[in-house]
Amino acid sequence: MHARELVSAAPGANAFVRIKDMELFAQQFTNGLAVGGVYALIALGYTMVYGVLKLINFAHSDLFTLGAYLGLTLITSWLFSGLGPLWGTALLALMVMGMIALMGALLDRVAYRPLRESPRLSAVVSALGASIFLQNAIMLIYGARNQVYPQNILPRMALSAFGFHIPLSRLLVLCASLAMMGALYFFIQKTRIGTAIRAAAIDQGAARLMGIDVNRVILMVFMIGPAMGGAAGLLVGLYYGQINFTMGWAYGSKAFTAAILGGIGNIPGAMVGGLLLGIIESLAAAYVSLAYKDAIAFLVLILILVLRPTGLLGERVAEKV
Amino acid sequence: MKNRKLVVIAGSAAVLAAAPLFLDAYWTDVLNNIGIYAVLALSLNLIVGHAGLFNLGHAAFYAVGAYTAAILNTTYHIPVLALLPVCGFTSGLFALLAARPIIHLRGDYLCIVTIGIGEIVRIALINNIFGITGGDNGIFGISRPSVFGYVIRSPQQFFYLIWIFAGITVILFHLLEYSRVGRALNYLREDEVAAEGSGIDTAHYKLVALVLGAAWAGMAGNIYAAKMSIISPGSFSFWESVLMFAIVILGGAGSIPGVLLGAFLIIGMPEVFRQFASARMLIFGAAMVAMMIFRTQGLLPARPRKYRLAGLPSGGVET
Repeated sequence: MHARELVSAAPGANAFVRIKDMELFAQQFTNGLAVGGVYALIALGYTMVYGVLKLINFAHSDLFTLGAYLGLTLITSWLFSGLGPLWGTALLALMVMGMIALMGALLDRVAYRPLRESPRLSAVVSALGASIFLQNAIMLIYGARNQVYPQNILPRMALSAFGFHIPLSRLLVLCASLAMMGALYFFIQKTRIGTAIRAAAIDQGAARLMGIDVNRVILMVFMIGPAMGGAAGLLVGLYYGQINFTMGWAYGSKAFTAAILGGIGNIPGAMVGGLLLGIIESLAAAYVSLAYKDAIAFLVLILILVLRPTGLLGERVAEKV
Repeated sequence: MKNRKLVVIAGSAAVLAAAPLFLDAYWTDVLNNIGIYAVLALSLNLIVGHAGLFNLGHAAFYAVGAYTAAILNTTYHIPVLALLPVCGFTSGLFALLAARPIIHLRGDYLCIVTIGIGEIVRIALINNIFGITGGDNGIFGISRPSVFGYVIRSPQQFFYLIWIFAGITVILFHLLEYSRVGRALNYLREDEVAAEGSGIDTAHYKLVALVLGAAWAGMAGNIYAAKMSIISPGSFSFWESVLMFAIVILGGAGSIPGVLLGAFLIIGMPEVFRQFASARMLIFGAAMVAMMIFRTQGLLPARPRKYRLAGLPSGGVET
């Protein structure tokens, strides 16, 4: 979207063109990082659930959408009229994350827990059904038309350095997603619960034998993942200013691609995959073809999987023996 | 036992064949849609139900077939039904080329790749690739099909065309199930490692199932193009792949009667819920979750095969 006006930069003198080229690259690269951060946040939810349950949670993308809508409801309510933009947004993010986390736990309880011992494809169809349900519930509550976020929350100014003008909002979105990823990484690597989550992802049976309450791990995963996804929804609303009840599919399919790209089940992999996919997509839109932007993202995925069948950071494991 | 089964099959076929005589054009058209999805789901069943390949991009093969029919019919005026084998061939060839490098991928990696193939095809169609797909608007003016000079126009006439094709599909796929390939696929689904150990070339048979399923979806695309006389990329979205996938799993993966029942439920249910207007898809989603929870194996799951052993008096021995 942002690329369209940038691509049509008029040709001029050589030096001017070179600066324009640099400018274009810088714009596309930072934009790719911001979008990639959002992909990475959503991808974390897919990859964590997959790691523990080997389930593709198709309804995750709709929890992301729900996060954007809940954020809008909260912003326009009386609650945030008195608070400044910084504290207001932080409180807003916490509330959205909390609510979406509860929704995630509810989703697991209703749609997935009864199917724990079932064939995996049954759980996938249940996930698709839950996704259809959530998407239509959002449409019925909020309406089918685009909803607009108030535009006075993120600063409108641009940051100028080395002759480049990068919008501050873009950097804020990137910083927010990086901060959340950092916090999650710390949580997963250093805390007891994080260790339990990693253990359950490696071998559920063995984790249970070591005294880990796997059901609690699953509950945690279904709360942390959606919380990240909900926060990503809020960021998209704040950054782009417009949300729609069908946007989950566009972001969700990319985020899932990112999770696969990094090696599904692997938490750092999802982060790397998300950022990488955002950059690839953004640069492809500028330098290859805007119309084929989404197709190129999938094409890159297929190429990488042909070369590395388990993703960039995935471990080589046998399917089932 | 065998006789009772035949009576049930003949009875339901007779009821179905007589249905257009009692239904108006609208409900006949619903049955036509069910027929097309039944064929699509049967073809996907080969891939998902038998070969166990996680394919959520079946709409891509359907689209290749439909666009082959539309392009060749509108530019060279070849009769639509005469293109049936051509559509099957292009779809199958596309599947072979696209899947050859990725057939060895693990289940969920394959899933996202098939979603990716579906999206790439849809985006290519929207962007009028090679200047032949008509972009967003698609292709219109596909001629009516004719059988021995008899032109098919009304929903009632299409009903018989579609369901005769569906009937042929059922018979052929039933025969396939009990052929050498079918036995290999059955083995593959039950236990891939054991199948490999017994000398079955799993990658080869997976590819066979995928290409065959794709070719059949291509032919369904041909009939869809003939029925609609206008096709556009919107008809081949991810949503279509989800519907086909849901029909297979909900009906019972690997079971032909299950898949047929699934088609009736998944395509017919939103029509029955039409009175709930905008809430019908909400109910549809909830029903999908509930049905999976209460009928985990699908409505009519595939039963383990029984073979008669020589020398045993009656019944069969489970294998």
